[in-house]
Amino acid sequence: MFELIRANKRKSAWLIAVLGSILIGVGYAIGFLLAPEDPAVSALFVIIAVVIWIGMLLASMAGGEKILLKTAKAREIQKADAPQLYNIVEEMCIASGLSTVPKVYIIDTPDPNAFAVGLKPERAAVAVTTGLMAKLNRDELQNVVAHEIAHINNRDTLFMTLAGVTVGAIIILGELFWRSMLFGGRGRSSGGGRGGNQGAAVVMIVAVLMAILAPILARMLYFACSRRREYLADACAAQYTRYPEGLASALDKISGQAAQRTKKAETSQVLAPMYIINPLAARSRKAGWFSTHPATDDRIRVLRGMTSSASLEAYEQAYRALHGKESVMTPSMLKQSKDQSVRDASKDADAGTQRQWREVQDLLHKVDQYAVLACACGMKMKLPPEYDQEKVACPKCGRAHPLPPEMLAALAAARMGRK
Amino acid sequence: MEWIIVLIVVAVLAVWIISMYNGLVRLRNQVRNAWSQIDVQLKRRHDLIPNLVETAKGYMTHERETLESITKARAAAMDAKSVGDTAKAEGQLQGALSKFYLVVENYPDLKANQNFLSLQEELTSTENKVGFSRQFYNDQVMQLNNRIESVPTNIVAGLFRFEKSEFFELQSPAERAVPKVSF
Repeated sequence: MFELIRANKRKSAWLIAVLGSILIGVGYAIGFLLAPEDPAVSALFVIIAVVIWIGMLLASMAGGEKILLKTAKAREIQKADAPQLYNIVEEMCIASGLSTVPKVYIIDTPDPNAFAVGLKPERAAVAVTTGLMAKLNRDELQNVVAHEIAHINNRDTLFMTLAGVTVGAIIILGELFWRSMLFGGRGRSSGGGRGGNQGAAVVMIVAVLMAILAPILARMLYFACSRRREYLADACAAQYTRYPEGLASALDKISGQAAQRTKKAETSQVLAPMYIINPLAARSRKAGWFSTHPATDDRIRVLRGMTSSASLEAYEQAYRALHGKESVMTPSMLKQSKDQSVRDASKDADAGTQRQWREVQDLLHKVDQYAVLACACGMKMKLPPEYDQEKVACPKCGRAHPLPPEMLAALAAARMGRK
Repeated sequence: MEWIIVLIVVAVLAVWIISMYNGLVRLRNQVRNAWSQIDVQLKRRHDLIPNLVETAKGYMTHERETLESITKARAAAMDAKSVGDTAKAEGQLQGALSKFYLVVENYPDLKANQNFLSLQEELTSTENKVGFSRQFYNDQVMQLNNRIESVPTNIVAGLFRFEKSEFFELQSPAERAVPKVSF
């Protein structure tokens, strides 16, 4: 496992270095196009590029997690709120060797999905939607959480964020270039050719191509890495849980649900690669150049191809069986034990969708600090903190119930806490 | 001139040996960490069992033997010291618990008890955690043992007396004897 993490870190460092050089190259190209004779202008634009880059990196490092969780409307929960979910997260931390248990968040939406954030494992958080909790059984939920923990453990949450920010900086520079070409830059650059000098013209074309193509190239590189990381997180999840079928059926359920969805989920582009499946994309047979995730059907087929073992090698073999010569893992990642047999499904894993829905609703009410009042007719009334009356009538039998003083106090406290 | 080459060779060799040694130390520490994680989870299970037995007692009046065997297995597991002994005793405890889960099916009142349900989730999860920490521990042990056996790290391991670690296997005869029943 640690071999894999180290190999991953090395590759990530390479990715950032390549993207960084593209960024600097674009800066230089812009400076060159604006003033071919003056190297000082090129140097200036290289400095501008680096400043934009570092500024964006610092901004994302200073509490980017909080902002991402907030835009996803995620709310933190404690172990007492959802013991099973919390237990599953703890289980996967143990299986992966992650030393600190990430914070657990829930998002109130029927779309089943999950994501992880955190530049450092110590600051990491896992968020799952209520739809996911209601639709998956324990084994499936465990595998989805395992996939997210793998993103944290492999440091994808760190490097994909850094890479995403770098790509963002490159795109900003590209825009800057177009603006400067439109405003005044054009006259000077055409005068700079001065005719006859063929070498300068070639360099000029190369620079223009660089400024146009680099943002596209950087994006493609970024997405290719993102897709590979998804495969890798799947492989790790199978290794942690020793139950690849759990992830396969979870992906099946999640993507089946996603196909029915009519409106796009509210989430940011930066966060999209961190989800178990991309909430912004429709279910497709094949992943394109600009997909954050591989095609879900493909991921499912690879996982179902692992029959004998749950090890990384088994995943690699299943992947090769499907894709021919390509591979997802380098030999240095595969340096570990081979004897990792697949386990059986846990019994009683399925509590029944109905019951799970009810439990999730109860969880939401608990997080939202609802008060629960039982009526003699068997009805349970759930009162939101906004309820500020002293009495409540049972909607089923009509009995009037005065609210006990401690309940009134708790509701009032919850109201205060919300403001 | 020659002695410079000799010096360089010696320096490279020293760096190489140091890095192999450090790698072995890191793995050995990982094995120790993984073992302490198993220990934490086993203790947690020992702590949960009296609660479980207490809750079940009121409902399972005819299963005194089953409950007693759990209590006894727990006591034995708590006394075990070495990796091998612990594995054996824990295997026995696991066997006693799976027998218990089989008979629980005959007590619908117990299965509906809220306290029992939350205890069951805790125990299921603790058992999973025992399993996962065991899995992680065994993976680490496998890596360490592979390093100790294979060339060239075996020379360094022999020189500094790195010892192979023991796998943690819960397979006890009692556990194997429990029939697998699916519901």
